[in-house]
Amino acid sequence: MYRQAELKILEEKAKLVRRYIIKMIANAKSGHPGGSLSAVEVVTALYYKIMNIDPHNPEWEDRDRFILSKGHACPVIYAVLADLKYFSINDLKELRKIGKLLQGHPSIKTPGIDMATGSLGQGLSIANGMALGGKINGKTYQVYALLGDGELQEGQIWEAVMSAYHNKLDNLTVFVDYNKLQLDGSCVSLKSFSGLGEKWRAFGWSVIEIDGHNFEQILSAITIAKSTKNIPTVIIANTIKGKGVSFMENEVAWHGGATDDNQLSIALNEIGGEDAWV
Amino acid sequence: MGMNISTKQAYGKALLSLGSQNIKIIVLDADLAKATCTLEFGETFPDRFFNMGIAEQDLFATAAGLSTCGLIPFATTFAMFSAGRAYDQIRNSIAYPNLNVKIVGVHGGISTGPDGASHQCIEDFSLMRTIPNMVVVSPTDPLETAKAVYAIAKYEGPVYLRLTRDPMPNITREDKDFIIGKADRLFDGKDLTIFATGVMVHKALKVRELLNLEGISARIVNVHTIKPIDTEEILLAASETNKIVTLEDHNIIGGLGSAVSEVVTDNYPVPILRIGVNDVFGQSGTSDDLFEYYGLGTDCITESIKEFLIKKAVLNKKN
Repeated sequence: MYRQAELKILEEKAKLVRRYIIKMIANAKSGHPGGSLSAVEVVTALYYKIMNIDPHNPEWEDRDRFILSKGHACPVIYAVLADLKYFSINDLKELRKIGKLLQGHPSIKTPGIDMATGSLGQGLSIANGMALGGKINGKTYQVYALLGDGELQEGQIWEAVMSAYHNKLDNLTVFVDYNKLQLDGSCVSLKSFSGLGEKWRAFGWSVIEIDGHNFEQILSAITIAKSTKNIPTVIIANTIKGKGVSFMENEVAWHGGATDDNQLSIALNEIGGEDAWV
Repeated sequence: MGMNISTKQAYGKALLSLGSQNIKIIVLDADLAKATCTLEFGETFPDRFFNMGIAEQDLFATAAGLSTCGLIPFATTFAMFSAGRAYDQIRNSIAYPNLNVKIVGVHGGISTGPDGASHQCIEDFSLMRTIPNMVVVSPTDPLETAKAVYAIAKYEGPVYLRLTRDPMPNITREDKDFIIGKADRLFDGKDLTIFATGVMVHKALKVRELLNLEGISARIVNVHTIKPIDTEEILLAASETNKIVTLEDHNIIGGLGSAVSEVVTDNYPVPILRIGVNDVFGQSGTSDDLFEYYGLGTDCITESIKEFLIKKAVLNKKN
């Protein structure tokens, strides 16, 4: 069990991250708020509680790795990296602007970004390569990958699911941000499927299903994943697209788009907390 | 002199010696290890060999991940399934982050033969050449292939290496260094320059002899690096021989002919004849039969070049 004080700190960080997401997308006048907001708790738990990283040395070879396979949700990781001082809060104000640090989808030139992503379906294979490389090099670092649920429609994901099992990548933990929506509608309306957890289990993975907005469940699941040997673990995080902003929650239209001034102030009010964006 | 081997066999041998000297060398294949000649590396270094199954998209993105750990992956399959099938993975997960992955495409061109059009990749130069950060290498014989493997392993960054299926005699010189981006002039000549790559360099040498019989002197340049293209050598050819022919087992759109034409039109316009697969799909057959059928036999090439020279001479008189 985690102490209430620790969970409280994470909850405050989640508010901060949500504030930055909304603000940077509003400022850029484009971006993907829905899938950024659904992933806030998972990314916050990883960066503030779990991952062995050094913001002063982003390329430290023993660091834990994080691959945002659903690259369009990059505002969530930009918010965290800025708060951890990989770069400045002011960089968030230049998201998607020419000649600036923060690209519309993650670039490897951004400090703290372990891999360029954006073309969906590739992140799990990349994470596998990093996990495999860790084993070849005798390293003990962990590799984390965050996949979208819509992204699971890409065939390459299932090629990679087989590879991770075949190569016994127990230093790899995958999250599925299971918010049930994608750009054009609900995931099942585009490609119906059943038994998401069963699919991964059938491929030999350890599967944990959690509430992806509950820090206690996220942290417990990661602890189990790290102690599971010989097979990789997937944590299916049941989430709400647009979580934390009432008019965005479960709204397909907020997959992509920016708030106007009025919507921005409503959103920040609902999220609460405070930030360092002045 | 032993039996001739193919450039893919030379690749397999070079990997083996490179792998014994450098523990960072990792080889990946996609259920074609016997055909791509990576099998022996796999048997010798099982801990550094990954047969990924029939999953090329996964293979190339995994190679990207491995390279971020300081390893040097040689990601190997047929040209069709590397440059073709995994184009997006190569573009977005290898070239865009500028990772140190060696992409190997075996069975480039119609010389792939009996397997037919589905397996004869005639678009790989074009696909790979237009990706920023990418280097494109196409050696002509076993000796040059071995040197190329060492050179690209030493080079830091993404490289596409095209290899072929037919056994080839060595035509390059033992003492010639392989420098990425530096073309190899095999014979000097004054009437025209033939820029050729891969298997077609062998044809160019025979064509040179046939042209000689007609009193035509052809300079022969082996272009083992399609990108970066050797601008200096091309401009020397343009200014000194005034006429250029390009020769490749690839679609005439987008490959060596295009690369040479771009340099010439930008800097020193002279007439160019691009010889290659004329924007059509291949078919099953022996490589010799296919070369004849698609106008890439030595007699046919020689005739095409003579016709080109006559046409340009007539035009020159009109001017």
